[in-house]
Amino acid sequence: MLKELLSNKKSIILDRWIQSIDNSYPVETTKFLKSQKDRFSNPVGYSITNCAENLFNELLSSRSIQNYKASLSDLIKIRAVQEFSPSQAIGFIFLLKQTIHNELESEIKAGMDSKELMEIDSSIDEMALAAFDLYMDAREKIFQIRVKELKARLLFNEMNGAPE
Amino acid sequence: MAEKKLKPEELAGSIDYKPKQKDWLDPSVEFKHGVFNYGGSPKSVEYLQQPNPRKWQPTDPDWQLPENWKQIILEGLKDRLDRFRSLRIFMDICVRCGACADKCHFFIGSGDPKNMPVLRAELLRSIYRNDFTLAGKLFGKFSGSRELTIDVLKEWFYYFFQCTQCRRCSVFCPYGIDTAEITLLVRELLNLVGVNIDWIITPVANSFRTGNHLGIQPHGFKDSIDFAVDELESITGVRVEAPINKKGAEILFITPSADYFGTPHYYTLLGYLALFHEIGLDYTWSSYASEGGNFGSFVSHDLMKSLNAKMYAEAKRLGVKWIIGGECGHMWRVVHQYMDTLNGPADFLEVPVSPITGTRFENTKSTKMVHICEFTADLIKNNKIKLDKSRNDHRSITYHDPCNIARGLGLIEEPRYLIKNSCNNFFEMPDNTIKEQTFCCGSGAGLGTDENLEMRMRGGLPRANAVKYVKEKYGVNFLGCICAIDKATLPPLMDYWVGGVDVGGVHELVGNALIMKGEKERTTDLRGEPLAGDEKQNV
Amino acid sequence: MEHWSLAKKGTLINVLFSLSAVFILIAGAIVGVDLIKFNFLFGVIIPYTAITIFILGIILQVIKWAKSPVPFHIPTVAGQQKSLPWIKSSKLESPSSTLGVIGRMLLEILFFRSLFRNTKSELKNGPRLVYGSNKYLWLGALVFHWSILVIFLRHFRFFMQPIPSFVLALQNLDGFFQIGLPVLYISDVLITLALLYLIFRRVADLKIRYISLASDYFPLFLILSIAVTGILMRYFDRVDIVKVKELAIGIFSFHPTVPDGIGVLFYIHLFLVCTLITYFPFSKLLHMPGIFLTPTRNLANNSRMVRHINPWNRPVRVHTYEEYEDEFRDKMKASGLPVEKE
Repeated sequence: MLKELLSNKKSIILDRWIQSIDNSYPVETTKFLKSQKDRFSNPVGYSITNCAENLFNELLSSRSIQNYKASLSDLIKIRAVQEFSPSQAIGFIFLLKQTIHNELESEIKAGMDSKELMEIDSSIDEMALAAFDLYMDAREKIFQIRVKELKARLLFNEMNGAPE
Repeated sequence: MAEKKLKPEELAGSIDYKPKQKDWLDPSVEFKHGVFNYGGSPKSVEYLQQPNPRKWQPTDPDWQLPENWKQIILEGLKDRLDRFRSLRIFMDICVRCGACADKCHFFIGSGDPKNMPVLRAELLRSIYRNDFTLAGKLFGKFSGSRELTIDVLKEWFYYFFQCTQCRRCSVFCPYGIDTAEITLLVRELLNLVGVNIDWIITPVANSFRTGNHLGIQPHGFKDSIDFAVDELESITGVRVEAPINKKGAEILFITPSADYFGTPHYYTLLGYLALFHEIGLDYTWSSYASEGGNFGSFVSHDLMKSLNAKMYAEAKRLGVKWIIGGECGHMWRVVHQYMDTLNGPADFLEVPVSPITGTRFENTKSTKMVHICEFTADLIKNNKIKLDKSRNDHRSITYHDPCNIARGLGLIEEPRYLIKNSCNNFFEMPDNTIKEQTFCCGSGAGLGTDENLEMRMRGGLPRANAVKYVKEKYGVNFLGCICAIDKATLPPLMDYWVGGVDVGGVHELVGNALIMKGEKERTTDLRGEPLAGDEKQNV
Repeated sequence: MEHWSLAKKGTLINVLFSLSAVFILIAGAIVGVDLIKFNFLFGVIIPYTAITIFILGIILQVIKWAKSPVPFHIPTVAGQQKSLPWIKSSKLESPSSTLGVIGRMLLEILFFRSLFRNTKSELKNGPRLVYGSNKYLWLGALVFHWSILVIFLRHFRFFMQPIPSFVLALQNLDGFFQIGLPVLYISDVLITLALLYLIFRRVADLKIRYISLASDYFPLFLILSIAVTGILMRYFDRVDIVKVKELAIGIFSFHPTVPDGIGVLFYIHLFLVCTLITYFPFSKLLHMPGIFLTPTRNLANNSRMVRHINPWNRPVRVHTYEEYEDEFRDKMKASGLPVEKE
C-alpha cells in the first residue's frame, strides 16, 4: 500500500518539503524560520510547519478540498503579502510531488503500482488548485481593503472639502 | 544508488525559489507597489517651507535631488552627530550581537534580512564609518563602510520608511540602541534633500494650518463635535455640553483628530463626552489645537516642535489650569518625552489636581498634562462613576498595548484597570506579545495608508497572530487599544488575518458601561449594536 | 549548498582577514623578539605606546560623546510607570528615581538584563523544550565578560608588590577545584569555551553571519589568541614568573627594565594585549565605556515630573493662533465659535 509506505516515510518527506519551502526565503531568513519554534515569535515558520504537516495528513486520509483549504489558509495568506510572484507563492505545493517521487525512487524503479501514485499526484494538483483559490481570495481581500480605505478618504475629503 | 538525489526545488528547475543572495553592503532596492509610500506633494512641502519641493515618485529613475545632495546629507549627519549623543553612541557601540534581529515585526512578517534592526541601523552606520571614523578610513570595506551613493539613499528611503519606530528592538538590545531614534534622524536627513512621503508631509501641512492632520477647518470641527453630541443623546437620552475654545475653563482636552472623524475612533469620542458630562468636568475643546497626534515627529524634531507648540500656546490663551490628553500612541510619546523640553516650561499652568477626586497627579507636575486613562482610573478607584459591566457582555475583550504607550510611557496597568472595571470578559494575549514586548500594528510612524498595504499586512502579522490565538482560545471578538493609528489600521489587519474581531478604544468600553444620571434604558452600545441581553430578546 | 556560496564567500573573506591579521601580529612578535632581538621595543616601548593610546583614546572618545548633548529624554521603558500611588510601578524596568536608574544600569552592566529578556510562551510547537538562542547568547556573553574581568584582576599579582589580598582571594576562588599543577583556573577554561561559542555562533547562525563584519571576528580571534598564549605560558611552556614580574613592575613604576631569559611566548602574549588595547578606542569594543552613556537606559522615566533641558533647543516656525484666526475668522464667527478679534 502506497499510503502505508508514505506514512512510514512521513517524517523524512515532511522534513524535505518544509526545508524546500523555507528555502524560498532569503538564506538568513531560512535559518530564522527553522530555529525559532515559538508560535508567537515566529508565526511564518510556525505556519509553514503546521500547514505542511496538516496537508500531508489530509493527503493520506480525507483528500478533501475543503480540508486542504483549511490547512492552507494561514500560509497562503502570508505568502500573498510577501514578495512572491503568484507562481512562487503557491509553487511550493508542487514541491511535495517532487519530494514524494524523490523518496519513492527505488520503489518506482522496482515497478510499483503507478495508479496509486497517480492518484496522489492528482490530489496534490487539487491541493494546488485550492491554494490558487485561496491566493486569489487573499489578493481580492487586499484590494477590497485598499478600496475601502480609499473610499473612506475620498468621502472624507468630499464632506470636508479638504485639499487633495 | 550512485546518482545524487536532487532536491525538490532543483527538480522544479524553472522556478526561481531562492532570492539572489548579495552582500548587504551592496545597495539594491526594487520599488514594488504595495511596499512603499508615495513621495510628498510639492504643495505641502512648500507650505511647510521644507527643502526641495517637487513632484516626484520613488519609482522615478531620477529623484530630482539638489546637485549637492551628498554634501547636504553628510553635513547634516555631522551636525546631528554633534547635537545628539544618542546618535554618536548608537553609531559607535553596536557589537552586532544579533539580539534584536528577530524582534522586528517587519522582519518576522517579511523575512527581508534588511529589516533586522541591526542591519537597518548598519545602513546608516556604514556611511558613518566611511566618513567619520578612523577605522573606516583605514580598512574600508573590511570595517563595514561604504560610500554614500544614490542607491544607498534609495535604500535608506525604502527601509527607514519600513520602520514604525515601535522600539521593540531597543528593549532587547544590551545597550538600548534605539532604532526609532536612528530612523527619525535618517528621515530628517532625507527630508533635507526633499525625500519624504505624502502620507506624512501632507498631514503635517494640514496640522500646521488648520490645527489637525485631516485639515478640518474650525467650523467643520464644531460640526463634528455637535454631531457627536446629538448622536450620544439619541443613544443615551442625555444631552451633553461640549464647549469649544471656551476661555477660563479649568481643563483643556486634546485628542487625535481621528477621534472625531474616524471610525471606530468615534465611539471613543462618545465615551469621552459621556464621561466628562457625567462627572461635570469644566473643560474645553480647542479648534486651534484640535490634534493630539504629531506627524511632525515622523519627519524631524523641528516639525515635531512646530506642531506640538500649539498645545501649550492654546492652554495659555484659553487660560486653563492643566491639560488632559486623549487616547493616542505617538502623541503621548511626544507629550511624555519631548513636549516639556521642546515647548516648556509650562509655568503658566498648575500641577494637575482632579476636580472630582482631589487627586494631585504628581507624575505630571512639570508637564501638566494627564493621560485620560490615568484620569479615569483615578475616578473609578475613588468610586466617582458607576459602571455596569454587563453592558459590555456582548464583547470578549483583549488589549493591545500601543508601542509608544508601553515603551515610551510605561502606561500599562491603567488601561487594563479601566477594561476590568468596565467589562466582564477580558483575556490577555501571550506574554511575549504584550506590555513592553508588545507587537506593533505594523502601520505606525506615518505608514498607515493603502499605498503600502501589503507591507502593513506583513508587519502586522505578529500582532494579528496573537489576536487570532485568543480569538480561537477564548472567543475574543474585541481588540481594545488606546492609539488612534491602531484604531485606523488594526481593523483592516483583523479583517485580513483574523476576521470577526472589532477594534475600539478603551473609553468606548467605559462609555458603554457608564451609568449616566437621567439616561434612558440603553438597548445598544455606543456603536448602536444591541447589548447582550437585548440580543437574546430580539431573537 | 550553492545558494549559500556568496554569503559563505563574504564570511570566509572576513574570517580569513581577521585570522591572518592575528597571525601576522604573532609572527611580528616572533620575528621581533626571537630574530632581531628587539626586546626593549616589545617589552617597553610598545607597551607604553599602547597604554598611552588606550588611555588617551578612551578619554578622547568619551569627551567626544560627552560633547554631544542629550537633547531629549528618551529612555526605553520596559515596565509600569510611576503614576497613581495605588498602581505598583516597576522600579527597575521603569525607574522614576536616580536610585532606580542605578539599579537598572547595574542589572544591565553586571548581568546583561536585556539579553536575558526572552520570555517564553507556554505554548510550543510540539512538546519539545526549546531554549531560545538568546539565552545561550546571554550565557555566552556573561561568561565571557566575567572571565575577562576575573583574569584581568588576577593579573594584578604581576603588577603589584606585595600582591593585594583581594587578588589572592580571587585566585583561590578561581582555582577552587584544585585540579592539576599549576592549579587550573576556572576562568581560563570558561573564557576559551565562551570565545569558541561566540565565534561558532557568528559563523553558524546565518542571521548573525549575514550581519558580521571582519571587525566582529577580529577581536574574537585576538582575544582568543591572548587567552591561548596565556594558558600555554601557565600550563605548558612555563615562563619565568619572577622575571615577568620584574618587567611588569618596571613598567608600572616608570623604571622599565628588560630582564633576560623571558621566553618569546610571553612577548607574543604581551604584543597581542598591546594590540588589543590599541585597537580598543577605535572599535566596537567601545561598548564598554559607551554603555554608561546610553540615553535609553541611563535616564529615569520621569519626564513629566522633571523638565529635561535641551541646550540647543532651537526656535522653529510656528503657526500662531492669531494667524489661524486671521485665516478662519469668518468661518469661526459664522459657526458661532468665539474669536479674539471681531
